[in-house]
Amino acid sequence: MTITKTPTVVAGGVGTSPIRPDGIPKVRGEFAYSSDLEVDGMLWGSTVRSPHARARIVSIDVAPALAIRGVAAALTIADVGGRGLFGLIEPDQPVLADGEVRFWGEPVAVVAADDRETARIAATAVVVHYEPLDPLTDPERAEELGETFRVLDITRGDPDARGEVVVEGYYEVGMQDQAQLGTESGLAIPDGSGGVDLHVSTQWLHVDHEQVVASLGLPPEQLRLHLAGIGGAFGAREDISLQIHLCLLALRTGRPVKMVYDRAESFVGHVHRHPARMWFRHEADRDGILRRVEARILLDGGAFASTSPAVLANAAYFAVGPYASESVTVHAAAARTNNPPCGAMRGFGAVQSCFGYEAQMDRLAAALGIDPVELRLRNALDREDRIATTGQVIVGSLPTRRVIEALRALPLPDEAPGDDPRRLPGGTGLTTSRAAVMRGVGFAVGIKNLAFSEAFDDFTEVRAELTADGIRIHTAAAEVGQGLVTVIQQIARTATGISNVEVVWDHTGEIGSAGSTSASRQTQMTGGATLRACEAVAAVALARADAESLDDEGAWRDDQLVMTLADLVAAGPIEHLERFRHPPTTPPDEHGNGDVHAGYAVAAHRAIVDVDPELGLVHVVRVDTAQDVGRVLNPQAVIGQIEGGIMQGVGLAIMEEIVIDRGVMKNASFTDYLLPTFLDAPDMTAVLIEEPDHWGPFGAKGVGEPPTISSTAAVVAAIRNATGRDLNRAPVRPEDIVGL
Amino acid sequence: MIRLTINGVPHVVDPMGPESLLTTLRDRLGLFGSKNACEQGECGSCSVLLDGRLVCSCLVMAVDADGAAVTTVEGIADGETLHRVQEAMVNAGGVQCGFCTPGIVVAASHLLATTPSPTETDIREALAGNICRCTGYGAIVRALEPLAAES
Ligand code: FES
Ligand code: FES
Repeated sequence: MTITKTPTVVAGGVGTSPIRPDGIPKVRGEFAYSSDLEVDGMLWGSTVRSPHARARIVSIDVAPALAIRGVAAALTIADVGGRGLFGLIEPDQPVLADGEVRFWGEPVAVVAADDRETARIAATAVVVHYEPLDPLTDPERAEELGETFRVLDITRGDPDARGEVVVEGYYEVGMQDQAQLGTESGLAIPDGSGGVDLHVSTQWLHVDHEQVVASLGLPPEQLRLHLAGIGGAFGAREDISLQIHLCLLALRTGRPVKMVYDRAESFVGHVHRHPARMWFRHEADRDGILRRVEARILLDGGAFASTSPAVLANAAYFAVGPYASESVTVHAAAARTNNPPCGAMRGFGAVQSCFGYEAQMDRLAAALGIDPVELRLRNALDREDRIATTGQVIVGSLPTRRVIEALRALPLPDEAPGDDPRRLPGGTGLTTSRAAVMRGVGFAVGIKNLAFSEAFDDFTEVRAELTADGIRIHTAAAEVGQGLVTVIQQIARTATGISNVEVVWDHTGEIGSAGSTSASRQTQMTGGATLRACEAVAAVALARADAESLDDEGAWRDDQLVMTLADLVAAGPIEHLERFRHPPTTPPDEHGNGDVHAGYAVAAHRAIVDVDPELGLVHVVRVDTAQDVGRVLNPQAVIGQIEGGIMQGVGLAIMEEIVIDRGVMKNASFTDYLLPTFLDAPDMTAVLIEEPDHWGPFGAKGVGEPPTISSTAAVVAAIRNATGRDLNRAPVRPEDIVGL
Repeated sequence: MIRLTINGVPHVVDPMGPESLLTTLRDRLGLFGSKNACEQGECGSCSVLLDGRLVCSCLVMAVDADGAAVTTVEGIADGETLHRVQEAMVNAGGVQCGFCTPGIVVAASHLLATTPSPTETDIREALAGNICRCTGYGAIVRALEPLAAES
């Protein structure tokens, strides 16, 4: 072997933006999503859902459905063995309604038939007699009745502390839908010996596995969950939707069963962002230093727990935002009602309280006569400060001041609204004169915890393997579109020097949990595990070859190739299984204090809006941002998360809301639930603040959620600035602007 | 029985009653590239060209397409060679989950083929019927703008 060369820095490593490995199949239409799977002889499943927000089930007759030719099964709760209940935190939701329905759209029965149309018809043929009951739909009433999933009271510091200037406000946030473009779908294939393989789009394979086996009473090894192609998630896929139903039908019929929700069913088939009612009282001294913050936060959790206890915790812990205060009282409750269940959506509780505390900071600035950005700077938290609510000392980075200053330094475009009606409020439907269009600017800052909190045992497993061709990474982590697959490759390349990295999704029987693709955690968690596993593999390979570096050809010493990858592997397998945990967190003490979080990220947004005051329409012109990202691993993917996240924040600010009337959802379609389009999208400039964190790979932080947290608050602040109206509710509706 | 020429290949299919062209493409012909995200003409995920016109295939009854030439996302690339829109989308980060991507590839390639030098706002207007929930649209516009300048 006489090849001689100097190994170079690996291509496609950390800090670059290599193209995503699934990009080409996706643009060709060849990438298989969970809704694209099929096998011979498969049945189609369909779900019978409650038309009432609350009712007693008098009787269910599946015989008329079974009488239809081609129908293989029609099942109710009576057909469910095992616990029959599921839930991410508390197993409180029946697999199929049990005696009573508790929300509009709750699954009551499932059917399977030879084709999709027959399954739909069979679902309508199931006869359910209901005795409607009075639904509890007011979360305040629910709290009075003690119908809560969690109540969290936080007190810190001297409750008698006072400031000279006091502002109070009441705020509301509406129920937002994730509207991930791919609806819930999956395919369950019985294995012929009592077990089943479920191919599904989910954010967390292993927690689905746990819930399916427990609720159906299956031995764990009888169920294998496989990750199928995912069309977005944003929290919608953190809970069970059709996983249990599919396995139940497949096991009962002995045939593969596929289910795909249509859009209307998707709206009731997953949990939503909690609607919130919030009251705040901020007290500051004349210099604008916060002396005391009080907050009451009420989230409507809907009919079942889902992640309400954890969402509530975030809303409460971040009630003061990225600001210091030595005296804090927070009362927060998540109510149990007969509204559709709420749970995870990007930002997870931090969005709601941010809308409140940032409106308060603007009010406080106005009351003090201090520039609102300056007021924020005076109170901004940084490393080694304490979180105002929990008292936790910030040990990682939290460059709040740098973020605010970087955003403030971005030039503020001063050009007036343009002439093209397509980029004005109301678009080509603009009826006001262009001169009447009012422009406003708003600024907001948000904070959120990274990864799971409150002593949750949060871990992720990765197995790295050296092959004759390169590195193979095994994981169960969900690639929901965010680009984790690319980041895993980049980290593996930088850690080993080998550029050919293949990512393999193992099923639940082959590898341990990767934890959830949520809480902005996978870059840090699965990325962290990948880094350690790859470093271990590289160390063994280098030792075996007595070499200094690796690349795609093999191991090198003194510019000589001493062993090829094939030689290395032939001498015995080289692999490493890493179970990665972030620094431990504690539960809160009786005052709601403690080291409950593993780390934080902060971002700021500045929005510019044009408002048509006559029709109450808004066009968001720009949203600029500065975001604390720790370390940029993939610039293009970070910008993608920022732009997509801001767009969802803009949606919540001006158009997105699930409308519920006495428990019934009124706009469960893309016709009636408005989503931002290409024309609604503002221009965006992002400044990435790199101040490495204490435990993410290379100092990286998760970046998925901060873009969604303060963007809503910034847009609404800009509309307030343009119109002079109070606007205490997101989304802002035309009638709020017009003042009807 | 209806006849469709899909991406240049003739097919004879037997759609059921009021079935949409999207259902025929996906469930009968196994062409899963066109996506179903709303079935109401609101999201553009199912976009195809029908005799050269851009349509939402979820809104077209399959029987009404009898005799038509259909181009789906699977017919946009020239064999192994990607269409420039596909290439640009991948390179510029216009693809995240990718569920909107087939519809955007079809609509954007149609725009560039039919509109000389569209401006940024023209691009946004032409694609306003294509919802993307992941990207915030910026990367897609950045992918297409240089192509628009060339066209
Ligand atoms: S699926 Fe046809 S427009 Fe949405
Ligand atoms: S990339 Fe996910 S919807 Fe567009």
